[in-house]
Amino acid sequence: MNQSNCKGSMSTASSSTNWKANDVVPDQFPAGLRVLVVDDDPTCLVILEKMLRTCLYEVTKCNRAEVALSMLRENKNGFDIVISDVHMPDMDGFKLLEHIGLEMDLPVIMMSADDGKQVVMKGVTHGACDYLIKPVRIEALKNIWQHVVRKKKNEWKDLEQSGSVEEGDRQQKLSEDVDYSSSANEGNWKNSKKRKDEEEETEDRDDTSTLKKPRVVWSVELHQQFVAAVNQLGIDKAVPKKILELMNVPGLTRENVASHLQKYRLYLRRLSGVSQHQGMNNSFMSPQDATFGAMSSLNGLDLQTLSVTGQLPAQSLATLQAAGLGRSTTKSGIPMPLVDQRNLFSFENPKLRFGEGQQQQMSSNKPMNLLHGIPTTMEPKQLASLHQSAQSIGSMNMQVNTHGGQGSSLLMQMAQPQSRGQILNESTSSHVPRLPSSIGQPIMTNGIAGGVIGRNGIGDNSRGTGYNQVPPSSSMLSFPMNHTTELAGNSFPLGSTPGISNVTSKGSFQEEGNSEMKGSAGFVQSYDIFNDLHQHQHQHKSHDWELQNVGLHFDASQNANPIQGNLDVSPSVLVHQGYSSSQRSGQNRNASAVGRAMFSGVECVEQGNMQNFSPHLNNLLVDNSVRVKAETIPDTNCQTTLFTEHFGQDDLMSALLKQQGGIGTAETDFDLDGYSMDNIPV
Amino acid sequence: MERNQMRRQLALMRQSFFDQGFLDEQFIQLEELQDDANPNFVEEVVTLYYRDSSRLILNIDQALERNPLDFNKLDNYMHQFKGSSTSIGAKKVKAECTQFREYCKAGNSEGCMRTFQQLKKEYAILKRKLEAYFQQARQAGPLETACRSRN
Repeated sequence: MNQSNCKGSMSTASSSTNWKANDVVPDQFPAGLRVLVVDDDPTCLVILEKMLRTCLYEVTKCNRAEVALSMLRENKNGFDIVISDVHMPDMDGFKLLEHIGLEMDLPVIMMSADDGKQVVMKGVTHGACDYLIKPVRIEALKNIWQHVVRKKKNEWKDLEQSGSVEEGDRQQKLSEDVDYSSSANEGNWKNSKKRKDEEEETEDRDDTSTLKKPRVVWSVELHQQFVAAVNQLGIDKAVPKKILELMNVPGLTRENVASHLQKYRLYLRRLSGVSQHQGMNNSFMSPQDATFGAMSSLNGLDLQTLSVTGQLPAQSLATLQAAGLGRSTTKSGIPMPLVDQRNLFSFENPKLRFGEGQQQQMSSNKPMNLLHGIPTTMEPKQLASLHQSAQSIGSMNMQVNTHGGQGSSLLMQMAQPQSRGQILNESTSSHVPRLPSSIGQPIMTNGIAGGVIGRNGIGDNSRGTGYNQVPPSSSMLSFPMNHTTELAGNSFPLGSTPGISNVTSKGSFQEEGNSEMKGSAGFVQSYDIFNDLHQHQHQHKSHDWELQNVGLHFDASQNANPIQGNLDVSPSVLVHQGYSSSQRSGQNRNASAVGRAMFSGVECVEQGNMQNFSPHLNNLLVDNSVRVKAETIPDTNCQTTLFTEHFGQDDLMSALLKQQGGIGTAETDFDLDGYSMDNIPV
Repeated sequence: MERNQMRRQLALMRQSFFDQGFLDEQFIQLEELQDDANPNFVEEVVTLYYRDSSRLILNIDQALERNPLDFNKLDNYMHQFKGSSTSIGAKKVKAECTQFREYCKAGNSEGCMRTFQQLKKEYAILKRKLEAYFQQARQAGPLETACRSRN
């Protein structure tokens, strides 16, 4: 799991946060592990409870998913792991999985008497960290603690990586993130150990970072307010400023809203995109209906935006939205709705779109940012093509793709270093679905919305969980993000972020100039956020992160998507870059901007502070970008290099960028430092 | 003496459940969970199973009276029922469940109804047997129930 800690500095920097299971795990671990088991069958529930008690775990049983969710929400740190049945009358187990992933970023184990490949696959793609076939034997339960440890480890790794990049701010941010994530997930035993170890350091950092970057926590209530405001305005007219006014929440900035909106859109896109992309990704993704569903909705959102911007035809928007809303587990089979659709999630042919779109995208650079912020490392061309084809459903995706064209650049941006890392890590479990939920878009019929909000509120670290998009295959990525395949599963049309390509094309992210932002802006297109992004490029540390995330996703995206192919490379690179870029404020910015763009949902793009960057979005973006890149960017030479964690960010970024099509050294701009997920400047 | 005999009988009875395919390995898992803290765990679980599943049986019966049959719904019910039955190790009942689901998937109404009748029979037989078993176990003393002879 551990991604190699390529940087020595990282280890130092993250020493405090370097929580190794062996080191910090209390002696009695795994005894005392706090398990929440959810199953509507009372017989099974009782048996499981007894088995878990026999394993010396602390068990809470629950026979309704809703109750379980509220229990989890009320007591965010009250549980270490969740075991849930797949078939439940009040809520689908996968939906619950998504919610948990988005909101709490806890490891979730699915169970079912059904052992069909499709169902198991679905579990994997939704980010479940394990799948047990009933009848469950006690032996199977004895080792569930490994998932908790693994997750923690990944989170820490991410933090470390992000933190190591820069000292000072980064570290602070890291610590913040660490705290943040740990607060979200930490179980008591974990807390005691980890906290104590890092307490001093983190505390210090916390103070500083807190002062510097106030985080906006998108709680469930806040998110609901947000969603209500968006709906009231109409998705196409939902601009951050107005949303902010409608929400009327003191202390909330337009930047916060903007970045959150981005994520939300990504989520919607994802919902709608799911249904569309069948071929895109690979069979792997197919089972992800649910995930995609979310995307569709996301797409829907984007569509609106796009349509408004003229990119998406009105009907596409409607379609997307409908698709998004209907997110239902249609087997869109396309894990990456985004990818395909360059132009929009053309449900029918995601794959094609992507390729085409990309090309188009490139030219258009901007509009396509369907995937706002989705780090589609699509090459500019791809973006362009995406753009064209989009009509968008995938507008959201498209955007991302376009941006993604540049791929690297976007990714970079996306890579909000810390937050993303988390996302990536977190996403391992299942993230894709989370993303949508984070958006909380009302469209999300899945009811994830609620979850989403919660998710956002969790903060950086937890963000990651939501998005499983980041493929765990961190091999490529230097990040220890063991994001599960979810990323792969997410048919995030990363490539589809034409916007991204735009961004990358900007080339050197280094330039903080708006040019890059524009690229990302392409994503957003109608987003004010992007505009803001431009302005706030400097702050986008998240970009780096995003890239990182992206990178992560890519790696994970083993899926065949051709587009993804490129992405795969990028992600790692990006990710890496993301971190390294943080060093360079200038470039980071750009990168971040791009990255942001990539993540349509990723607010980070906007402002560099996409702290509230819902992990989901990141994942989305990441995925997308990853995907996109992977395939379409043939010239990404960096691919090989990308993976090397040891790449300095600059190198990575440049590599990525170059791959993307001369994106340039955006990497340097990744303003990772100090850019904590939480600080997404909204 | 009497006690030992009872225990021996109990052991034989229990063994016959496995030999005749009424129960499977999962039942042993339940037995293993039984300890001093929960000396009647197995009986409690089985009781819970019968209580909960009777509700499901009722639902299925009602659903089978519809015309035409809603196979989807039936399949859902049966999935739940199967899950429960599996968790206590009710082997024959589980087999009938599987058969029922096959018929559902095939849309075979006649097959479904027939299988369900068979299922209810097996379900009732097992219930009787287990009730007798637990009763005897209580009489024979706790040793028997806690005795985990791996077969």
